[in-house]
Amino acid sequence: MELSATELHAQLTSGKVTSVEVTRAFLDRIAAHDGAVHAFLRVDRDAALARAAEIDQRRAGGAKLGRLAGLPVAVKDVLCTQGEPTTCGSKILEHFRPPYDATVIERLKAADAVLIGRTNMDEFAMGGSTENSAYGATGNPWDVTRIPGGSSGGAAACIAASMAPLSIGTDTGGSIRQPAGLCGVTGLKPTYGRVSRYGLVAFASSLDQIGPLARTAEDAALLLEVIAGHDAKDSTSVDRPVPDYHASARQPLKGLTLGLVREHFGAGLESEVEQAVREAVRVYESLGAKVKEISLPHGKYAVAAYYVIAPSEASSNLARYDAAHYGYRTPEEPMIARLEKEHAALEKAGNEKALANHDNALVRMYRQSRAEGFGAEVKRRIMLGTYALSAGYYDAYYLKALKVRRLIRRDYDEAFQQVDLIVGPVTTSPAFKIGEKVDDPLAMYLVDLYTVSANLAGIGGIAFPCGFSASGLPIGLQLQGPAFEEERLLRGAAMFQQATDWHTRRPHLR
Amino acid sequence: MSDKHDYTVVIGLEVHVQLATASKLFCGCSTKFGAPPNTQTCPVCIGMPGTLPVMNRRAYELGLRTAIALNCQIAGYTKWDRKNYYYPDLPKGYQISQYDLPFSHDGWLEINDAKGAFEPKRIGIIRAHLEEDAGKSMHDEVAGRADSRIDLNRTGTPLLEIVSQPDMRSPAEAKAYLTELKLLLTYLGVSDCNMQEGSLRVDANVNLHVHLPEGKIATPIVEVKNMNSFRAVERALTYEAARQYDVWVETGNKIGDVPKQTRGWDDAANVTRGQRHKEESSDYRYFPEPDLVPVTVTEQEIEAARAGLGELPAALRDRLVKERGITAYDSDVLVNQGLPLVQYFTELADLVGDAKMASNWIQQDVLRTLSEKNLSIEAFSMRPDRLAGLLQKVRAGELDTSRAREVFVDMLDKGQSADEAMQARGITKVDESELVALCEELLAANPKIVADIKEGKLQAAGNLIGQAKKRNPNVNPGRFRELVLEVVARMA
Repeated sequence: MELSATELHAQLTSGKVTSVEVTRAFLDRIAAHDGAVHAFLRVDRDAALARAAEIDQRRAGGAKLGRLAGLPVAVKDVLCTQGEPTTCGSKILEHFRPPYDATVIERLKAADAVLIGRTNMDEFAMGGSTENSAYGATGNPWDVTRIPGGSSGGAAACIAASMAPLSIGTDTGGSIRQPAGLCGVTGLKPTYGRVSRYGLVAFASSLDQIGPLARTAEDAALLLEVIAGHDAKDSTSVDRPVPDYHASARQPLKGLTLGLVREHFGAGLESEVEQAVREAVRVYESLGAKVKEISLPHGKYAVAAYYVIAPSEASSNLARYDAAHYGYRTPEEPMIARLEKEHAALEKAGNEKALANHDNALVRMYRQSRAEGFGAEVKRRIMLGTYALSAGYYDAYYLKALKVRRLIRRDYDEAFQQVDLIVGPVTTSPAFKIGEKVDDPLAMYLVDLYTVSANLAGIGGIAFPCGFSASGLPIGLQLQGPAFEEERLLRGAAMFQQATDWHTRRPHLR
Repeated sequence: MSDKHDYTVVIGLEVHVQLATASKLFCGCSTKFGAPPNTQTCPVCIGMPGTLPVMNRRAYELGLRTAIALNCQIAGYTKWDRKNYYYPDLPKGYQISQYDLPFSHDGWLEINDAKGAFEPKRIGIIRAHLEEDAGKSMHDEVAGRADSRIDLNRTGTPLLEIVSQPDMRSPAEAKAYLTELKLLLTYLGVSDCNMQEGSLRVDANVNLHVHLPEGKIATPIVEVKNMNSFRAVERALTYEAARQYDVWVETGNKIGDVPKQTRGWDDAANVTRGQRHKEESSDYRYFPEPDLVPVTVTEQEIEAARAGLGELPAALRDRLVKERGITAYDSDVLVNQGLPLVQYFTELADLVGDAKMASNWIQQDVLRTLSEKNLSIEAFSMRPDRLAGLLQKVRAGELDTSRAREVFVDMLDKGQSADEAMQARGITKVDESELVALCEELLAANPKIVADIKEGKLQAAGNLIGQAKKRNPNVNPGRFRELVLEVVARMA
């Protein structure tokens, strides 16, 4: 269980272990520790073992197996799986069982992965702490009183806690990289269009991207290779070949020039994070990299632009949860009774105007179901987005944000004329306490400070551990690369991991 | 204000056309009409979480064809937008449409009236854009219940919305525009235009320009919906113009004084009725659809589409007049029946060698039969070669028009050829010598008529034709008349 996915894969292939043994070990680990961590929303032990047994049998029979044959993979509960609950951490989708598989799920199945369970997340991927899940928060395996980051908190925590060797997360504003950084694992947000979004329940369509979480860059490369590539069902997925990421991951980058963003080292960055990042840069220099200071001048507007664009798209994407077609619906009898009571009271008071505006049953059903089915953060963003898109405000907010987005992309294009990769922190501080920021949404939004720009620009980024705080919490390092340079990101991360051992450290779970 | 003022009706039309694709705009589901509810749906078109739309290229091509035929400018780059609103039959909570960058704009369609009710004119087209249809709500209010059922078979069906300039000045012009547009769409093969099945739906924006001594004033614009036939459009607009005048006399409201009103046409009651104002109806929170990539089209693709349009109705009308020598009126009637009928006509005219005769027979006998039997020309059993057989007999003087009609009916009912039908009815060409004998006999028996004819009252011959036909129904009245006049002339 302390092996990397790549090592496990080698043992499975050579017949040293069986998939049933591997899967059972992880399942036992989940059984022993997930009560404290709560990385998983659902684990179907029997189904996972049956699948593992089937793969073992096929292997024994000499069948040609897929790229991930027998390896357990945990999936964030935001990707549709046929016939199985897909809740997105929301009450409104509590009973939703999609009639189809997401493309990524299809590809995992085709690669003979063992889908070991569904991981916890902030409701509809909105949040940076996994405290917004309707099914309870996830704890950081390094200190379960702290947040694991979010929204892919469960996906990162299960890797950190050795409950799965590989997992799938999604990243809209940093939701893979930020929890990877806070949990001390490796997480990659691919370029927009690299992985099909078909079957990913949308939060902000123009920003969402699916990516791998793992212990090492090499493992992430293995998983990316399986899920990447064009999909006719997603017209925004790009039709270009998928490189052999895993084969190249261990080749160090020669003559590498790293960009250090001046604006990343301003106020707000905790000193021990800054120290760890600067130390990591020195490691790269020792490996032959040159470092250049660069500027991303529009980065300071990224969080603001993101919190206009993402909620705008979310307000539209979440309109389908109207309680009419599927999902949670408020109990109708008490609703109707209350509606009639209100109506009678208005009539008695002779309040014509209120009567004219009074809900009909359908409107009340929508309103009440949505009021009860969505959590506070989701409602906050729906309101933000609805406001930003409404007549009279569109130009001032949405359109302005799109312009900022273009400028951010241009900053990156110019930066990548000078450097191969940009290196910097993932977050301003290590993981904070559960509950610490729940009453301060703006402070919570700032956890995306270093990650959102990549989503706005559509480029890729990778996060991995580069040190620990005095209190023993992981500190992450982020590399960002030009569009479709996932290979460069993975090799950049792997060369660091070959020179250091931060990524091998595991929390002690009781 | 007791004086009656002059006013002009100002009409602009929004036409939604269902494009004749086999599958929906953003998924592979069938668009066939009439399937059991919710059987033609998939996760994509019912907006299941996680699903994504992928554009149907064929729908874009059909839209492009139409826009080019409407003389529109075609945008090289066009994007999709989301139009957000809640409605039970709109499963995603938004409709994918085109907002600020439609794929076409600024075209025109020429209308004219063969009977000269108005001068030929060009109606401007503001834009034509693509969008997906919503589902269908069925409200069942039987026995005090208010159940509503939703059929999502129609969701995602490709629509082309064609928005005209407010260039029409009478209900007749509006009807002519719709007729010409429908004809064009039919010729292009882009839609079946079946109004009963909702393939063609019309909304009208209408207001008045009232002419006062101090100048023209415009009344508030009203949008009229639910018109299910072109006749209903004409009646609704006629009603609405008169109603708006009365409202103006009563209130004096000008454009801008009150919000735009939506009214529905009640065909049975022959009135428009106000519909509840939609809350914030103007605020659809449009924004670019992030799930679809923009569509780009090259000049070459536009040129290829233009080259493939085929002959359009206006050009065809001119050509029939020029090449076939029929009147503009006849050409209009034939062309307005659609391309299959024009093909029938040209085939018939070629076989008979008389376009005018072919046109007359089609307009009178063929079209009457089609309308009585509710048939299309494609389903008409008498193909041009058989009908030509009959018309050739008429031309050869073997039977007169009224007998030919009887033969036509027999050919139709019994599936006979012209020869068979004539034989069955005992119609044979009367021998010339027999005809002469009959003529001389009748002249001898009717000296009064002979005298009349001698005095120049040639119509008196009609009486003799009647008598001759009674004796022998096969007598050709034209030939017999000639004979009578010849013989009388010789008697002088």
